[in-house]
Amino acid sequence: MSIKTIHRDVVVIGGGPAGLAAAIAASEAGCKDVLLIERDRILGGILNQCIHDGFGLHEFKEALSGPEYAARFINRLPGLGIEVMTGTIVLSLSPERILEVSTRGAIQYIQAGAVVLAMGCRERTRGAISIPGQRPSGVYTAGAAQNFINMENIMVGKNVCILGSGDIGLIMARRMTLEGAHVEAVFEILPYSSGLPRNIQQCLNDYNIPLFLNTTVTEIRGNGRLEGVKVAQVGKDRAPIPETERYIPCDTLLLSVGLIPENELTRDAGVAMDPITGGALVDDTFMTSVPGIFSCGNVLHVHDLADWVSVEARDAGRFAAAYVHEKREASRQRITIKEGDGVRYVLPQSVSGERDFILSLRVTAPWRNRAVVVRSGDKKVRRKKIVRLHPAEMIRINIGKDALAAAGGSSLEVSVE
Amino acid sequence: MSTKEFTCVVCPNGCPIVVNIDDDETPVITHIEGSTCKKGEEWVHQEIENPMRTISSSVVVTGGDCILASVRTNRPIPLGRIMKVMEEIKQVTVIAPLAIGDVVLRNPAGCDTEIVATRSVAKAQ
Repeated sequence: MSIKTIHRDVVVIGGGPAGLAAAIAASEAGCKDVLLIERDRILGGILNQCIHDGFGLHEFKEALSGPEYAARFINRLPGLGIEVMTGTIVLSLSPERILEVSTRGAIQYIQAGAVVLAMGCRERTRGAISIPGQRPSGVYTAGAAQNFINMENIMVGKNVCILGSGDIGLIMARRMTLEGAHVEAVFEILPYSSGLPRNIQQCLNDYNIPLFLNTTVTEIRGNGRLEGVKVAQVGKDRAPIPETERYIPCDTLLLSVGLIPENELTRDAGVAMDPITGGALVDDTFMTSVPGIFSCGNVLHVHDLADWVSVEARDAGRFAAAYVHEKREASRQRITIKEGDGVRYVLPQSVSGERDFILSLRVTAPWRNRAVVVRSGDKKVRRKKIVRLHPAEMIRINIGKDALAAAGGSSLEVSVE
Repeated sequence: MSTKEFTCVVCPNGCPIVVNIDDDETPVITHIEGSTCKKGEEWVHQEIENPMRTISSSVVVTGGDCILASVRTNRPIPLGRIMKVMEEIKQVTVIAPLAIGDVVLRNPAGCDTEIVATRSVAKAQ
């Protein structure tokens, strides 16, 4: 028995904020044969469990919860004739853009004219940060706890410690408190919080939950269920200082210690990767090193706001549609973009020079009143003053093609001055 | 006179706002710096007078294609009443179908707000 192969012009992998925006944009750009694939039984991705508000301030000029934000996009799919496959997993992706997909009871191949990778990211776990100790239950990633509470109506614990001050951790500190749990404290190994300042206010300060910086969990204790954790302050080298160690009884530990772009399929297809972002290398059309394969959203680089995921994914979807219709080859001309002083990563990593583009970047440390400067050799392409720079906040700067052409050169460097 | 620092929660920018307040019986704001929009100024006035917050939670749904529907306040409530409002939200059970914006609870804990659904729930197949 042979497995059948179907053809689709644009196939979007992942039905979260990135995939939804990309599929809609591809369709609006004139592609009438768009397929959106989602492994969950419903569309929306992580938005479904992010029931707090604050989404959509940029996209819709109002504060929406995650499910509402998702619905704004999902509701547009039928009118645009976008085909949706839920409960469907992409098992493999070839450089020739052949997808092997599995739905309940069936496997099929899909030959895609263009592919948009929008698989998002997953959470770092206890194993990834190697916390010593016993292996009791009661240790969850913040997102897993959020899923249990907001989707499955399962309360995960009563006395809670949270390691990591990323936004999900902060949001969960409030959520657990509202559901009647006692949140002992949030511990952050860095000297600053990696969450948004407003979440420090409205998720911790509002509920008198302390945040301990330069502090980490050094041991997990418990037989069966978690009984407590040891925490200690860390030195400049981030190594725990033994004399500061103290024991905190708790039955639950939430980990909010970073996100990893989920790029197994990307690597499958032989796409060149950026070791810093954990995502693909892309150009100013969000095309990867493999022609016709595009990447956007958290699978490309972890964002702090869903609104920027939507904006980025819309571009990726539009360029994917253009690739199919124009059989556009990758531009010959390449201007590479590199990180300079104070910049952890830049994206895109190369551009054609043919169009304006948005430069996304993150800085290496918090500063005040600095400028992000883009240079070609000793010529300045763009300089943007920024009052507050923070590693947890992505910076987006528009770069005009005219400024690029005026400066000339074949490489740009972005630095903080 | 005293100086107070606030972190604005209106949008993800989270502007730090520094306010000088005359400490008479009713605080009079004499100087604000740091808010980059009008909403921030309005917010900080409210924050000094009576802090208000929106909250999100979920309610149990029966007969639907999922077991919980997410909900939120459609107008801010006083910070000090949040736990009382939560107690009332926890008592609510709704029957599917439910549409985004449907009111599931009016004036919880006497607050001038409604608890509205933020997820649509279809009837179970």
